[in-house]
Formats: sequence, C-alpha cells, structure tokens
Amino acid sequence: MLTLFDNKKEIIGFIITFVILIFLIPFLNAYPSEESLFHVSNFKISLWGKYICYAVLAMSLNLLWGYTGLLCLCQSLFFAIGGYMMGMYLMLMIGDRGAYKSILPDFMVFLGYQDLPMHWKPFYSFWFASGAVLWVPGLVALVFGFLAFRSRIKGVYFSILTQALTYAACLLFFRNDFTFGGNNGFTDFKEILGADINHALTQRTLYIVSCLFMVLVYLLISWILNTKFGKVQQAIRDSESRVRFSGYSTTHYKLILFVVSAMIAGVAGALYVPQVGIINPDEMAPAKSLDVVVWVAVGGRGTKYGPIIGAIVVNMLKSYTTQAFPESWLIILGFIFVFVVLLMPDGIVGLPNTIKKWRQNGFQSLRFKNLIKRFI
Amino acid sequence: MKDPLFKDTDLVLSVSGVDKSFDGFKAINDLSFYLGEGELRTVIGPNGAGKSTFMDLITARSRPDCGEIVFHKSDGHDIDLTKVRDHHISRLGIARKFQNPTVYSSHSVYDNLLLSLEQSRGVIQSLFYKESQFDRDKIHEVLKTIRLEDKKNILAGSLSHGQKQWLEIGMLLAQSPKIMLVDEPAAGMSDEETDRTGELLLSLEGKHSIIVIEHDMEFVRQIARRITVLHQGSVLKEGAFDSVKNDPEVIEVYLGRQGRKH
Repeated sequence: MLTLFDNKKEIIGFIITFVILIFLIPFLNAYPSEESLFHVSNFKISLWGKYICYAVLAMSLNLLWGYTGLLCLCQSLFFAIGGYMMGMYLMLMIGDRGAYKSILPDFMVFLGYQDLPMHWKPFYSFWFASGAVLWVPGLVALVFGFLAFRSRIKGVYFSILTQALTYAACLLFFRNDFTFGGNNGFTDFKEILGADINHALTQRTLYIVSCLFMVLVYLLISWILNTKFGKVQQAIRDSESRVRFSGYSTTHYKLILFVVSAMIAGVAGALYVPQVGIINPDEMAPAKSLDVVVWVAVGGRGTKYGPIIGAIVVNMLKSYTTQAFPESWLIILGFIFVFVVLLMPDGIVGLPNTIKKWRQNGFQSLRFKNLIKRFI
Repeated sequence: MKDPLFKDTDLVLSVSGVDKSFDGFKAINDLSFYLGEGELRTVIGPNGAGKSTFMDLITARSRPDCGEIVFHKSDGHDIDLTKVRDHHISRLGIARKFQNPTVYSSHSVYDNLLLSLEQSRGVIQSLFYKESQFDRDKIHEVLKTIRLEDKKNILAGSLSHGQKQWLEIGMLLAQSPKIMLVDEPAAGMSDEETDRTGELLLSLEGKHSIIVIEHDMEFVRQIARRITVLHQGSVLKEGAFDSVKNDPEVIEVYLGRQGRKH
C-alpha cells in the first residue's frame, strides 16, 4: 500500500481529501438543518458530483497526455458515449410516465417509432448498461487506436485525428435517425435502480459513488506508475524510438493505455448523466475535449493530483463566472489557457517550482519557443 | 557461415547485394558487408554515403529494395532481417545507439538501464515485474563499465552530453546484444570524453560484435581495427587504418575532401 504513494505528504493529503469528500460533505448534506451554517445544499451536492466526474475525465486524459505524451482530443467522446449508455437505461426506466404516456421514450414517439429498436432492448437491464459503459468506449478506442498506432501516427497528427473522430461522432449523434434523440439527447429521467433520481438520498449516493470511483482511478494510476509498465509508459513520452529499439512494442502499450483511459472516461460519463439529468451531443462537441486539455494544463500535466485540482478549479470558476458575467466566460477561459501555457507550464501543482525558477533565472526561463515545445 | 575474406572467423551478420532508394535517389547501391564474431568494425564515409541508411536497414527501420540481410545466430540459425519487425530486432540481440543521445530524461540512470534489460517486454509481464538480484547485478555491472556508478540515482535528463552518450551505450549493453550498432558515439564530446569512449568500445571488443559509424578521424585512429569506407551507397574500401588512410581513392572521396577543408 505504501508503495502506491510517493511520500508522506501525499498520503496525508489523500486521507484528508478522502474524509472530506466521502464522509464530511455527505454528512453535512444529510444531517444539519437547512438553516444551519454548515448545511451543504442538495444543489451543491450534485454540483460537486459533476466536478468529481470532470476530475475523473481529466485524470483519464492525463494518463495519456501527461504520462505517455499522447495529446488525445477524444476523451469527451468516450465520456459522452459512457453517458449515452447509462442514458439509454434511464430513458427506458421512465416507462410510460413521459409526455406521450408511451413505453417508448418521448423522442421515439415524436419521430413515429412503433417499436423499440433492437439495440435498445438490452438496456432495460441496469447491469447490461453498466457493462456497455465500459466496453463500448473501450471498443471504439481499441479499433481507432489500433489503426492509428499501427500506422505510427504520432504527435500533432494524432491530436488532429482524434479531434476529427470526435467531430464526426458529434455530427452522427445530432442526427434524429441515429436513434439517440438527435440534438435534444436524453433528459427528464425519473428513476435509477428503482429509486427516485431527484431524491436527495439518490443524488447523495451518486455523489459518493463518483468520489469512490475517483479514488479508485487515483489508486489505479498510482499503481500503474509504480510498475515497470508505468516506467515504459513515461519512457515512450521521452523517446519512443528508443523504447521500440529496446524491444518493446510501443503500439501495444499505447493501445492498452488508450483503451483503459477510454473506459475510465466512459464510467465518468455514466456517473455524470444521472447527476446532471441530461445528455446530448453538445457533450462531445470538439470544444469539450479542448476544455479537458485546459483543466489538465491548469492543474498540472503529468502530476497525479494536478488534473483533479485543475478540473475543480476551472469548473468552479466557470460556475461563478457564467452567473456573474455570462458573456465573458470563453474570453476568461482563453486567457487562463494562454497564461498557463506561457507562464505556468507545470500548472497549479508546479507553481512553487515555477516561482523558484523565476527567482533564479529571471524571465529568461520563459522563452516562448521552449514552452510551446513542451506542450506538443 | 564463414567470412569469404577471413575464412577463419564465424560471421554474425552478412549483407549482400542490397539496394535502397528514396524517390529515385540511390542511398544504398549493391552493398555487401560481412561482420565477424566479436569484431569491432568502424564504418566511415563522407556525408550522404549512406551510413545511417545502412543502420536503418539492419535494424529493420526501413526495408531494402532488394538484397539479403542475414543475422547468423550462435545456435546456427540464420534470420532474414528484412522480414523482422523493428521491436523484435533487439530481442534477437541487435542493439542500436542513435546519433543524438536518446535516453529517458525523466527516469533515473538506474531505471534507464532497468528498462533496457534483456527480459520479457510484454504489457502484462511489465505490470507484474519484480526486480531480481540477477537484474540488479547486471545493472551494476553495466554501471561500472560505463563509469556512471555514482550517478545511478540522478535523472538522465540532467547528465552531461558525454554522459548521456555513455548511458545510451550502457543501455545497449544491458540488452546483452550480439551486435551493437553505434552511430557517432563521439559526436559533441570533449577530447577527454572521446578518449574514454574509445577505451570503452575497445574494452567491449570480443564480447560483442560492434559496428561504429564515425566522422572524427582521431577517434577512428584510436579504435580502428578493420575499417569499411562507404561511398555513394557501396563499399569503396575495406582494410586496416593505415592501408585505408593511404589509399588514393579513399583520400579523394573522403580524407582528401576533409584534408582540403582543414
């Protein structure tokens, strides 16, 4: 167990975060009365549940970008696919309580469907849907990754291709005849595993499950990084041809990482959907993938907890800004990204070191060209 | 198989009648080359003579248009290197050092060697790999050979240029290779470092078959046993340092040109 962590500080931080997220916040939601100073509202719980899912998404990108050097721009696609798989189950659980009082989901009635399409039928089962949350993104990643890595597609070309894949999928999901609800997607869920989805207890449980999943992913990544596999992974980032000439099939390593990271993103998406109550193709718009890149860069690429901090900080800021200055969020986001790329190449986690470097070398250490190189 | 020129030594590598062209430019032209067991061979030649392409062909990084490249294993089996995938090359026992030192800069010197050790390199095996005493001994032996024992816990990225070159040679040694291909090991080194690199390569003679590609004639003189001169993609001359150095053709295409430069 000790070997999973780098030092004592990390263990202490891990335990404190664990206790706050999994015990303290749900406790403060459940027990103090609503007037109490310590009460955490139901709204806050599902908001934090959303942040946690985003944090897991950022961790999945960091596994590829931070530790393997693959700037993947289709994490939001895997996230959305996971979300859609869970969404199908949730749609079927609405039963005949929809606007058209039909056992078919509303959008199908609206589009004139008589029967449920074949591929929807197994999604009456929660467990089938949960499995699909893992294997569907995994399969997409396996096929796409196999083709891309076997052809030795690297660097910025890989990024562009993954971006194109996301965009293509996004256009596909926008179509009404793709049987996934077109641009409205899925919404108006009623229950999950027989429990009222909007009930405080259900939302609190979903929040706790999301936190537990985040902890699990954190431990998984820590474990991987400490094995020889993790060392090979980081060696691929430093010099892929050296790794290949040392006898490793880098294609296999990258493929496995790509699939695992797609599955993690898929589960994050599946936990996200019941908490926000909607999934539509906007969730896989190309810009969403770039958002994830910004979270990881802001938090600290290639660090274990950087992506978590980045995802939470940027999204808290977004929640605040979109209420206070709704027009200017994108400008602020762009400014943050440029600022981080130029001045804080190691993100929030690396800030103390960056400041130390400034003190030592003055602003020479901020040579623009070098910094751009670090990112591609 | 025996060397057609030196009938008494066993061959480890034979290249015969190999052509390779890129967009009509013949980088390698009917090249034949034989390397004996435990031999230290130096390959020289002017820029564009095809030295790096030659290495790419042996390590299956690119495929020849025609001709044979055969690796003779010590158990008597012959392996056609034109049909092997590049990450299998090192598993056969052929290790290559690149022109620019390529080490894993975010790993320690020790880990750099650990990742290069000759062992199973599959995904599952590396997830459950445990370091054995045998592995540790091997790494320490290599560290001693490349004289970086006191640097073993330092990040490879913070080594000097010369030390990175040695580390990369060490990474080849950790693979216990039959054949080592060493591309410009002395490039960018100080005189003292060059000297030490020469000593290092000489100390490996006999244990591994080595091909060194080099530009620096002082360095070539230090390590020279048999020299092969490449010119326009084929072998111009082969022999001892002095006979090659005094050959009028060689002087014309290579040394002469360099002589005029100085």
